[in-house]
Amino acid sequence: MSARTEEEQRVTDAASDSAPIEDTSAAPAVEAAAPAQELPAESGMRGVHTLSMAKAITAGLREAMRADEKVLLMGEDIGPLGGVFRVTEGLQDEFGDQRVLDTPLAESGIVGTAIGLAMRGYRPVVEIQFDGFIFPAFDQITTQLARQTVRHDGTVSMPVVIRVPYGGHIGSIEHHQESPEAYFAHTPGLRVVSPSSPHDAYWMIQEAIASNDPVLFFEPKSRYWPKGTVDQDHSGMPLHASRVIRTGTDVTVVGHGAMVSTLLQAADIAAGEGTSLEVVDLRSLSPIDYGPLLDSVQRTGRLVVAQEAYGFVSIGSEIAATVAERAFYSLEAPVLRVSSFDTPFPPAALETEYLPSPDRVLEAVDRAMAY
Amino acid sequence: MAARTRDFTAPTVQLLTPSGELRPTPEAEAYLPLVEALPDEMLEQFYRDMAISRRIDIAGANLQRQGQLALWVPSHGQEAAQVGSAHAARPQDHIFPSYREHIVGMIRGLDPVNILSLLRGATLGGWDPAENGNFHLYTLVLASQTLHATGYAMGVQFDGRVGTGDPESDTAVLVYYGDGSTSQGDASEALVFASSYQSPQVFFIQNNHWAISVPVSRQSRSPLSLRAGGFGMPGVRIDGNDVLVSYAVTRQSLEEARAGEGPSLIEALTYRMGAHTTADDPTKYRTDAEVAYWAERDPITRYRAWLESRGASAAFFDEVDAHAADVAADLRRRALGLTAPTREKIFAHVYTEPHPLMAEQSAWLDAYESGFEGGAA
Repeated sequence: MSARTEEEQRVTDAASDSAPIEDTSAAPAVEAAAPAQELPAESGMRGVHTLSMAKAITAGLREAMRADEKVLLMGEDIGPLGGVFRVTEGLQDEFGDQRVLDTPLAESGIVGTAIGLAMRGYRPVVEIQFDGFIFPAFDQITTQLARQTVRHDGTVSMPVVIRVPYGGHIGSIEHHQESPEAYFAHTPGLRVVSPSSPHDAYWMIQEAIASNDPVLFFEPKSRYWPKGTVDQDHSGMPLHASRVIRTGTDVTVVGHGAMVSTLLQAADIAAGEGTSLEVVDLRSLSPIDYGPLLDSVQRTGRLVVAQEAYGFVSIGSEIAATVAERAFYSLEAPVLRVSSFDTPFPPAALETEYLPSPDRVLEAVDRAMAY
Repeated sequence: MAARTRDFTAPTVQLLTPSGELRPTPEAEAYLPLVEALPDEMLEQFYRDMAISRRIDIAGANLQRQGQLALWVPSHGQEAAQVGSAHAARPQDHIFPSYREHIVGMIRGLDPVNILSLLRGATLGGWDPAENGNFHLYTLVLASQTLHATGYAMGVQFDGRVGTGDPESDTAVLVYYGDGSTSQGDASEALVFASSYQSPQVFFIQNNHWAISVPVSRQSRSPLSLRAGGFGMPGVRIDGNDVLVSYAVTRQSLEEARAGEGPSLIEALTYRMGAHTTADDPTKYRTDAEVAYWAERDPITRYRAWLESRGASAAFFDEVDAHAADVAADLRRRALGLTAPTREKIFAHVYTEPHPLMAEQSAWLDAYESGFEGGAA
């Protein structure tokens, strides 16, 4: 192993360490009124708490289910087990098996029946067990769920949320580390979001459930366990807003989900080398909130888009094209993309070389700076 | 070792013979009281609706040939399966059609001009189910609607609208699909979910023997009704060209569903006398002899013979035929008056809430169109 790949290995290991680490990267902009407390997610108490993303989503689901009895959860193994990632742990005990449905093992069936339940006035929240298992439901999502509102001339809405644990860094087997978000962002009628922090996850899942449009909710599974500060009193921003989470002056870097953590690590390393990166958390992949991004690019003149997904026909491609159209005279360099390779996700032993690392981001930053 | 059975047969439940005699098969005896309880007006309505369906088929096919519709989907031959089952539903029940059940929609109160609007390319949907007898939109991706119906029925059950004994409240769901659709995974997944949750619904398969050009023998080597048992629900095969048995068996099945006894499946054996759609040419894949066989089992001819044997007058049939012709002529007239939608329809209701791409692109299209001379409108 070369020195460079050893370094990359070290950095990526740190990024993917599943032991709980404090993640304050995306803490809310508002100042916490009280010190963060460690509280079990099931407490249902408001205030500022330190939670993992998984438990923040649990708490958000609980809030949504308490607020509206039409909200129900559907998925495989989400009842007594609490889901393979334990995100629904304890919810069937509290809400019963007619609101937390352990479904038959059939993704098209889950989404198709969720559509019927939505027609009946329910607000189903579907859990797809792993990213790579969403494709049996692809037809129901793209040809049915996405189109019911327009087919009904607006007389029927589809308040269905599809939660998808996604992405790599967990060393798992085939079909368990995919990043399929672009397929759904490409489909009119769907909304697609991905939180990067426990705080955003807590609020965004509730906002997604409150939306009357179908929302694909991509949960970066490598970020399920690191803990962060969650302000359960203040959301901070709307569901489809992007935001600058670290200010800088030389190059803008943008990403979503787990990639935001990688970008922040890259910004730390770059700062030590005298390069100032501004980090934008996309949060919403459809629609994309270009305001903060264009504003940033107008100041830095350089943009690197990073993503775990394949680069070809990707969210990053869309951003590169749009920024080139809208900020052409601000750009000092072409918009560069950092992506996984256009191959199937390789055996997990190779994932650190496959997935974009902080160093891969910095390599693109260097190229952007060289123009 | 005992020989494994390869005997996959199911009796066909029939009340009315092809020649129009009320002579129940053994399995049909139990359903006879449901028919005997029908008032004469309802028996006449069955005939009227079948006659209207057949006349509309002619009007629809003509409109398509004249370039007024992109497509027409005929029901010729399947009138009894559709009319009998539709009349078995109560007002609060919900119907999920495939895309061939025009007369079912009309029985539920839908103006068929809305269907023509869909087939003319003026809308993707055409009606609000809540305002049209709970008759849901047509679904063109085969068998997708079986899952929507199942989810809807699960919701009915979660709402407590099953098994209360209140005939005005207890609700069932009736979903139509065809023999071709039974091969889709969604059709099987719907049976799994319905059985698991004991949802109040009836799966109504119109086995018209042809999925465009592929015979039902390619979809299934055994009667489709037998599939129900494998999923843990009752299944029955009926003569789908017998409007009385279609009504009675569907009525019984829906009542059981409303009472909380769970889902069931009906396979109605019928025949698509015409083309799959006006884009099809059935002479390329089936024989005249087969069509002649089914012509002898025509649902309207046999029912008329039975009504005549009960004393229906020639004046009644003349009046119905005139009425059906009027309905078809009126539909044709109004179809020709359908106007094309305006371009706002491209963007309207893609989302329920504001969306930047919809706003940007509709504004761009307006500006683009208005850039042409006289194009501002």
